[in-house]
Amino acid sequence: MSLSDTFKNLTAPARAVSGLGDKISELPKVSRWSLIALFVVSLYLMPWWPEVPVLGWLVDTPGTSFEGVITDKVVIYVLVALGLNVVVGLAGLLDLGYVGFYAIGAYVVGILSSQHANLPWLVCVPIAVAVSMLAGVILGTPTLRLRGDYLAIVTLGFGEIIRISANNADWLGGSRGISNIAKPPNIGPLKFGILDAKPYFFLGLTVIIIVVFLLRRLENSRVGRAWNAVREDEDAAELMGVPTFTFKLWAFAIGAAIGGLAGTLYAGKVRFINPGNFPLQLSILFIAAVVLGGTGNMWGAILGGAVVAWMPERFRGFADKRVFVFGVALVLVMVFRPQGLIPRKIRKERWLANWRSSADAGEVTRG
Amino acid sequence: MADTILSVDDVTMQFGGVTALSNVTFGISRGEILGLIGPNGAGKTTCFNVITGVYAATSGAVTFDGQSLAGLKRFQITKRGIARTFQNIRLFPDMTAVENVMVGADAKHKTSVGGALIGSRRHHREEREGRDKAMELLTFMGIADRAGDAARNLPYGYQRRLEIARALATEPKLLCLDEPAAGFTPAEKQELMDLIRKIRAQGYTVLLIEHDMSLVMGVTDRIVVLDFGKVIANGSPAEVQNNPDVIAAYLGVPDDAA
Repeated sequence: MSLSDTFKNLTAPARAVSGLGDKISELPKVSRWSLIALFVVSLYLMPWWPEVPVLGWLVDTPGTSFEGVITDKVVIYVLVALGLNVVVGLAGLLDLGYVGFYAIGAYVVGILSSQHANLPWLVCVPIAVAVSMLAGVILGTPTLRLRGDYLAIVTLGFGEIIRISANNADWLGGSRGISNIAKPPNIGPLKFGILDAKPYFFLGLTVIIIVVFLLRRLENSRVGRAWNAVREDEDAAELMGVPTFTFKLWAFAIGAAIGGLAGTLYAGKVRFINPGNFPLQLSILFIAAVVLGGTGNMWGAILGGAVVAWMPERFRGFADKRVFVFGVALVLVMVFRPQGLIPRKIRKERWLANWRSSADAGEVTRG
Repeated sequence: MADTILSVDDVTMQFGGVTALSNVTFGISRGEILGLIGPNGAGKTTCFNVITGVYAATSGAVTFDGQSLAGLKRFQITKRGIARTFQNIRLFPDMTAVENVMVGADAKHKTSVGGALIGSRRHHREEREGRDKAMELLTFMGIADRAGDAARNLPYGYQRRLEIARALATEPKLLCLDEPAAGFTPAEKQELMDLIRKIRAQGYTVLLIEHDMSLVMGVTDRIVVLDFGKVIANGSPAEVQNNPDVIAAYLGVPDDAA
């Protein structure tokens, strides 16, 4: 059995379970929106979570600043997991070189704001996202004819090519990297400085919310259906009129754009990048985040990204054994919950109830 | 034939040294139910695969609605108006029944990433149309009561019908059914044949692969018989039934006669 088959079996089948999300969407509109608002507000208050009793003890990262962890790692990983989930979870394309797009996003900001020009961060971001997207199309056009393991191998190579090229090219700063990268502009009271990480966190969280909103639109459209169909059975999808190549390329391009966007946030925060920031290991960790959270489920990807980013920091108390503890924790989750923390679910066709009541009842029932 | 919708001309299909189809020629008239029969391994499904673009024929031509299908991608052929089902059911197992059909309906839709992101008017219209069309077809096939269930959780008979509904959703001019009654009880087969007649009555042309002779006899207007990749008979059910070559292909030839 090929690697990608194993991978698909690991994540399938989706189950028709009633989750928290269903309960929330069944609530009346007012209570639903107040719950969502409350949730969002509590997310924006995340930098203060360690001060809350119990919760604080649970989430705080002894030895490192919690604020720094959620800004430098959690926000970035969540965004990356969201993008990778489009490629791996929705369209079913195993991409092992996703770090490449993340690196491209960061490097474009580095080149344009420090190495070769002095453009402001905000101007660099759309350019970086566009370049990442283009890189996705350039990588995808020849390689998306491949399937399964072959695609995984080619993308793995891509991630390494980007890192090694950056290492060898002097105009990309070589192994010394790029420093003095522009930071995001101050927005009102939000001053993007060095000491206070909170503004970066608020910015990242806002970007995530916008991305989630846009991805939901895609999921609930012809595009999302096409991706699902390609993942379930590519040949059957094409024979049912789905232009499979076009939609796979879209998945790749959108995933790449989100990866690049995460890279721009990272570069704007740390203000110094070098090829060592983008190792192959990171690609694997990103995949782990998606699988751990629940392949094909956006909320799963978010949780997975957050856990993978945060857990090693939480276990800093174990000193040099913390990576080991992290690994054991990952293995335990996958043993007891192979579909991920929040598995992909069978779609709830809520509109069906209305359709039935409006249609002639006698015609709908079998006869 | 006056109005031929699909013509297969002199098609040969070779896989390495194996000739799966050799100089196959037949046509389908608009509005007819054509049966394609033959013993196991005769090349029926290969013939389907050549028509629907899964394989490119080694030689020969397939013409649909006056245009050659050579060089077209599979989804383009579907959009031209040929839809099919599969001998081994190939639904999208984790998607709901209605979503499966909507994928078929999307063959006629145009919304892409841009339209979905901004929530364009066309996106909303197509979603609504897709749902209505899908529910209509599920109702037509008699399986609307399980519309919200995952395809994998449907009973076998429902899955077979769902495949037909999904194919019909692409609004085909020609519907190709690959052994739609495989694994059915005689009663279920009868029900399905009634359904196929109903589909034809809606104006579709149907190409039907079937194993069960008695079944094909009851529902088809004309039958093409394949054996070892060659057309050995082409005519009305009655003619085919009495054709000595067909009888020989199905029952074998006595040793002394061979």
